[in-house]
This record gives sequence, structure tokens and C-alpha cells, in this order.
Amino acid sequence: MAKQPHATPLLDELEKGPWPSFVTGLKRLAKDKDYVVDVLGHLEHSYKTRKGYWKGGTVGVIGYGGGVIPRFTEIKNEKGEATFKDAAEFHTIRIMPPAGMHYDTNTLRQFCDIWEKFGSGLIAMHGQTGDIMMQGCTSENVQPAWDEFNKMGFDMGGAGPSVRTVMSCVGAARCEQSCFDEAKVNFNVTNRFLDDIHRPALPYKFKFKISGCANDCMNAIQRSDMAIIGTWRDNMRSDEKMARAWFAKHGVNELVNDVINLCPSRAIQLKDAGSVSKDAHITAVKVSDTQALEINNKDCVRCMHCINVMTGALAAGKDKGTAILIGGKSHLKIGALMGTLVVPFMKLDTDEDHEKLVDLAQTVIDFFAENALEHERTGEMIERIGLANFLEGIGLEVDANMVSSPRSNPYVNTGDWDEEVARMNAKKAAA
Amino acid sequence: MTQAQARKPVEGFLDNKKFLHPKFVANYGNWKYHDRPRPGVLHHVAHSGDQVWTVRAGTQRQMDHYTIRKLCDIADKFAEGFVRFTIRSNIEFSVSSEAQVAPLIAELEKNGFPVGGTGPSVSMVSHTQGWLHCDIPGTDASGVVKSMMDNLYEEFKSEEMPNRVRLSTSCCEINCGGQADIAVIIQHTKPPKINHEQVANVCERPTVVARCPVAAIRPALVNGRPSLEVDEKKCICCGACYPPCPPMQINDPEHSKLAIWVGGKNSNARSKPTFHKLVIAGLPNNAPRWPEVNAIVKNILMTYKADARPWERMADWIDRIGWPRFFEKTGLPFTKYMIDDWRGGRANLNASAHIRF
Repeated sequence: MAKQPHATPLLDELEKGPWPSFVTGLKRLAKDKDYVVDVLGHLEHSYKTRKGYWKGGTVGVIGYGGGVIPRFTEIKNEKGEATFKDAAEFHTIRIMPPAGMHYDTNTLRQFCDIWEKFGSGLIAMHGQTGDIMMQGCTSENVQPAWDEFNKMGFDMGGAGPSVRTVMSCVGAARCEQSCFDEAKVNFNVTNRFLDDIHRPALPYKFKFKISGCANDCMNAIQRSDMAIIGTWRDNMRSDEKMARAWFAKHGVNELVNDVINLCPSRAIQLKDAGSVSKDAHITAVKVSDTQALEINNKDCVRCMHCINVMTGALAAGKDKGTAILIGGKSHLKIGALMGTLVVPFMKLDTDEDHEKLVDLAQTVIDFFAENALEHERTGEMIERIGLANFLEGIGLEVDANMVSSPRSNPYVNTGDWDEEVARMNAKKAAA
Repeated sequence: MTQAQARKPVEGFLDNKKFLHPKFVANYGNWKYHDRPRPGVLHHVAHSGDQVWTVRAGTQRQMDHYTIRKLCDIADKFAEGFVRFTIRSNIEFSVSSEAQVAPLIAELEKNGFPVGGTGPSVSMVSHTQGWLHCDIPGTDASGVVKSMMDNLYEEFKSEEMPNRVRLSTSCCEINCGGQADIAVIIQHTKPPKINHEQVANVCERPTVVARCPVAAIRPALVNGRPSLEVDEKKCICCGACYPPCPPMQINDPEHSKLAIWVGGKNSNARSKPTFHKLVIAGLPNNAPRWPEVNAIVKNILMTYKADARPWERMADWIDRIGWPRFFEKTGLPFTKYMIDDWRGGRANLNASAHIRF
């Protein structure tokens, strides 16, 4: 039995309503832990005064420069003593989850045992950077708790100016849209950059997010410095039986309104079954005896919409791989930035393909480490130096896929035009 | 513990294969399609003919170990001992036969875990740490989220939205909650109050000066001590100076307000990905249930639900009807604060005669 709970009239309001309540969870923990009794008191004080009271500091484990998020209370009496003394420290340990956040129950129970013993017993699945957040630990218990997690085979996530924990989607394990082995990329990238994850020495954070298709379930384009997004080059596949079944259920209005009209590049047409094009770039599939969908794969931008609507009837092609976008980030400092396409397509079949991807990531990070200003993200660096200079720096050739449109202003010196065209032609000829 | 006794860590990332349901291993990269037999259930069919039913349930994200153990008990007894978490903190149980689905759902709901969050539903809010753990929070995302999900409970459990709806909540303008169809984010409205006594001891002043997006901070001598001063006319109240220098007190119980942004979309489906846009600010940080925020979120959602066509995300819908009608239909005021004057902001102005009447 723990000590007497503090009155928490405001937090009690968050026990009402049907959604699972984190307050109820904290109260369960507080029955046995003085620590959580005071965490609740601390949090109630924040609710009452509408302010936060944790400050950072330095807490770590042996061998690592980051991964523990230290928190010390700022609610103190005149003598400088913590008002909620059992919750004077509330550190978080970031643990990298298995790729795709798949677990067996045995693993989760072991996490619970360790965190019940050494920490508050509160675990966030998962933090926005992708880690398992073991929330609430004293300085003294950080090392022994970490040792136990590490003995299970788990490793620390990134924090500070480092490569961050890599996130990948549910992936090939349970998704038909998967265009490559996302978990393998996650595994390879993480293991290549362990040193950069664990010992922060970059200008600022660097995030990888891996989505197996353009639905981008990992928010890679908006939230990562290097977004690895599955796509394919050849024709979309189709299944006539499933296309007919879809049409029988949904009818022509839905086919026109929900599928054809919403194609962003107008690549789909509804045709008489007998008159579909025989062109090599056409995917044609009958939806009935008289009507067929005709998809021009040269016009298709691989957005995933029609495949999402008619799953099974339409599917990605077989020549799959990945696109890469660089420079996505949130607001600070210059405003939110989307990633920019720098590799339109890259195969990810063989170990050599995978090696090439990780090598490219290494080149990007080396360039970032060398050229970014302090606290500058990759996207901000590119904005400052220009995409063409960045591409030259990492050894990638320009490609018209990288722009929405060519430049609309004349403020550029094109004096070396002939040399540039000659250089590109020579390179093309050599390839 | 001394260095000599210390255990050397084993660095490395695990292969995820041992955490996968056996059907996922057997059909890795070989799935054909999926459908949704009912809200909260995904049914995946592999080229091999194998089938898997996945039941998705909501959690409170910050879970006590009792909650996780309860979920494990359910997974062991009613599923097959494997789970996964989605990026929005929903838990998924996969089973090999359809007969296991109904008892699993019954058990989850009996224990207070709502089943849903699939297809065109409102999924759980992606959110930040807040007052519980963050060092720079303006609010408590967990509390805002709890009140929002109570309010949207039925929309989580049903699939009645035009398309999927993704929400996020962030406790400061850094927006760790991320881009979303509807995002609730702290918006400070007063420049930082500077605790001049502490600046010299706590802050590396050039770092703080460099962090300001509008160059409003400069070094100053205050009461004979090195400190900082803020040009309050320039200050945009973003709070960027607060993380490197906590004496730049930006959080304020009264003046740290909440703002709502709409139309963020991460998927490339149909339109390219979009960032969310500001549609209302100045909402009170009204813990513990944030009624003003909840009323507006629900109003926007219900307007979207009633007016958008199938498969239109929030951004697609607004793209069709236009911003003037968005403000008209939701009854939200369009103010000068929505006119973008940040770098590149002219791209957000209407440079055409395209006008809807």
C-alpha cells in the first residue's frame, strides 16, 4: 500500500467518459507506489495552475550520450525542497520498438515487469518519434532498468541532435500495398547509424521514416529528413474476378464518382469492353461483360487512390522499389517543410540494393554533418544552399521528377549552359 | 556503480521476425487484398489463400502496466499471443479464423477498449506528452485527447465519415503531434516574460538569439547582469526561445491559447500531401475538459461528415468547396490572422479570378 493520495478534483474529471483514461491508469499505479501518488499530485498542480513544471538536465547510461529524457521537478518550497518529493525526478527511457511495432505478449510482459520494478509502471506506446517511452524513473534506477531492457535485446532510441529511432509501417508482414521489405530497411539503416543514434554529434536531429507505399502511413514526407516511400515502375496489376465483384456491389455511379473522377492525373477511363487500347502501357480490366477500366500507366502518378478503393481488383505492379524524399520537418525554425523527391526510383530486391540505399543515407548524413548550421535541419539546409548544390554534394543527378515545375523567374546565371548539357549527355552516354 | 563494474551495453537493432504473428511470417510480402467486414476489423487475404482477421482497439497511449498486462491476457486467451501498435497508439490483435473475431471484440469492449479506428472513421489522436512529462508544454495533450475521444467515441467505433480522419494535438507550436485533418495546437499570444535573474546562469545567449525566427531577441544588460531583451513588436510568440532558455517564460495560464488547424494530409492518395491550415485561434486552455475546443472540433467534423463526398479527406473537401464556404458552413470567422505573411506565404494567396459565389 502506498501513502495517502492527493486530492485530484481536476484529474478526476478525466476519469469520466467512455475512452480509456490515463488518469485511471495512474491511480491504479498509485495504489502501490508513493512515486505515482506524487506524480498525480504534480500533474494536478499543473492542471490547477495551467503550467508545466519539469525541467531538463543530464541523466544517462554508461556508453551512451543520449536516449534518456531527464526531468526534475520545479515545484519546490522556499527551502528549495520538492513539494512532491517522491516525484522529484521523472525521467523517460526511449527504447526502439521492433520494426512495424509488432510484439509478442511475452516481450510486453517483460517490459511491464522491468518497469514495475524500476520505474513508475507507466509506458507510452509509442512516442511521436517512434520509441517505446518508459515514462517515469529516478536517476538511481535509470541504469539498472536500462540494463534489463538491453539484456532482452532491446536498444536505446535517439534523442537530441542525433539520428532518431527509425520508424516503419506494418509493412510486408500484413499489407498488400507493401512495395519492399520495410523492416529490412529499418534494420539496416538503424544498425548502420547506431553510433549516430546513441552519441548525438550532428547539427540537429535526423529522422528516417519508411512507408511501403504512397499512402505513407508513417507520415514520412512531412516528418522525416529522409523519407523512403514504396512505389513501382511497371503497369498496375488487375484481377478481373475481383473487379467484376466490386462493380456488381458498387455500380457505375461509384465507379465513376469515387474511382475515375478522383484520379489526380486523369489516367483512368471507362471504355466499352471491346475497345480498350492494346498499348503496352495500358492496364485494362473488365468490370462487366460490356465495360472495362482502361488505365494509362504512363499518366499514372502511383498515388494509390484507385488501389485503395478497389483493393484486390487493382494492385501495384511487380517492378517495385522505393522513392526517396529529403528534408521534411515540422515548424521550427523556418516553417514546416515537406520532403523533396531526390530519387524517383530505386530497386530494393537484393542485399546490394539495400546496401546502396544505406550508403546513400550515409552520404546524406555526412553532407548534413559537414554543412548544416547548428540546430538546422536537412530541409532548412537545402533551402539555404539550394537543391542543385545539395544534389551535387551528395552525388545525385538532377531529374525533372524533382520539381513541380521549372523555375519561373530569370534570376539565374545560365552562362555554363553548353558545358552543363554536354556534361549531362556524356554522363548519359556513359551509363 | 563505478565504470569498472558497469555492464557494457549491447548495441544493435533486433530483427522483427520473432515478433510477428506466424501467418505474417508465412505470407510476408505476399498479401493480395484486404476488406473490412465491420468497423474495427481488417480481413487480409494472401496469395497463398491464408486469411487473417485483425481487430483494432483504442488505448489511452500512456498505459499503466496493468493495462498492458490486461491487453496481453486478452491477446493470449482470445487471440494468438501477438499484437501490434499503430502509429496512433491503437492496438491490433490478429487471429487466424473468423470465429475468433466476435469473442475477441466482446472481451475488448468488456474491458473498456473501444473497437474501431479503421476505414472512414475518426482514429485515435496522435499526441504529445504535455504537463505529465514535457519540459516546455503549454497544455496537457493527454487530457485534451481524452476529452476529444470521449466526445468522438461513436465516430471511432463506426465508419461513417467520408474518408479517414486523422487528428493530432500538440502542447506547443513545435507541433510534435504532427500534421492532421484536424490539429489542436497551443498558440502563445504574449511575448515571453523574461526572468532576468536566471538568464546568465541558465542560457547560452548566442544560441537563444540564433533560435528566434524573426531576429527579435538581442543580448542586453539588465540590473547589471547579462540577460536578453525581446523586441515585442517583432515577436511572433512562437516560443522557440523557451526550450534553449527556460527563463524566457512563454507559457501563461491565461495567454497561451489553443488554435485549430485543418486539412493536413500525409497520404499521396488523390492530391499531394498537404499541411494543415489555421482556421481558429484564441481558444482558452480550459483544463480539465477543454469544452470550447471540443465544441469546435465536433462542429468541423460534423460539417465535413454532412458535406464531403465519399473518399474526400478534409483537404480534398475544402479544395472542392473553397475556403470561403468552409468558413461559411462551419460558422468560424475568417480573420486577418489567416492571411499568410511568412516566407513563401504569397503562394497561399489567390492569384486568380477563381471565385465561388
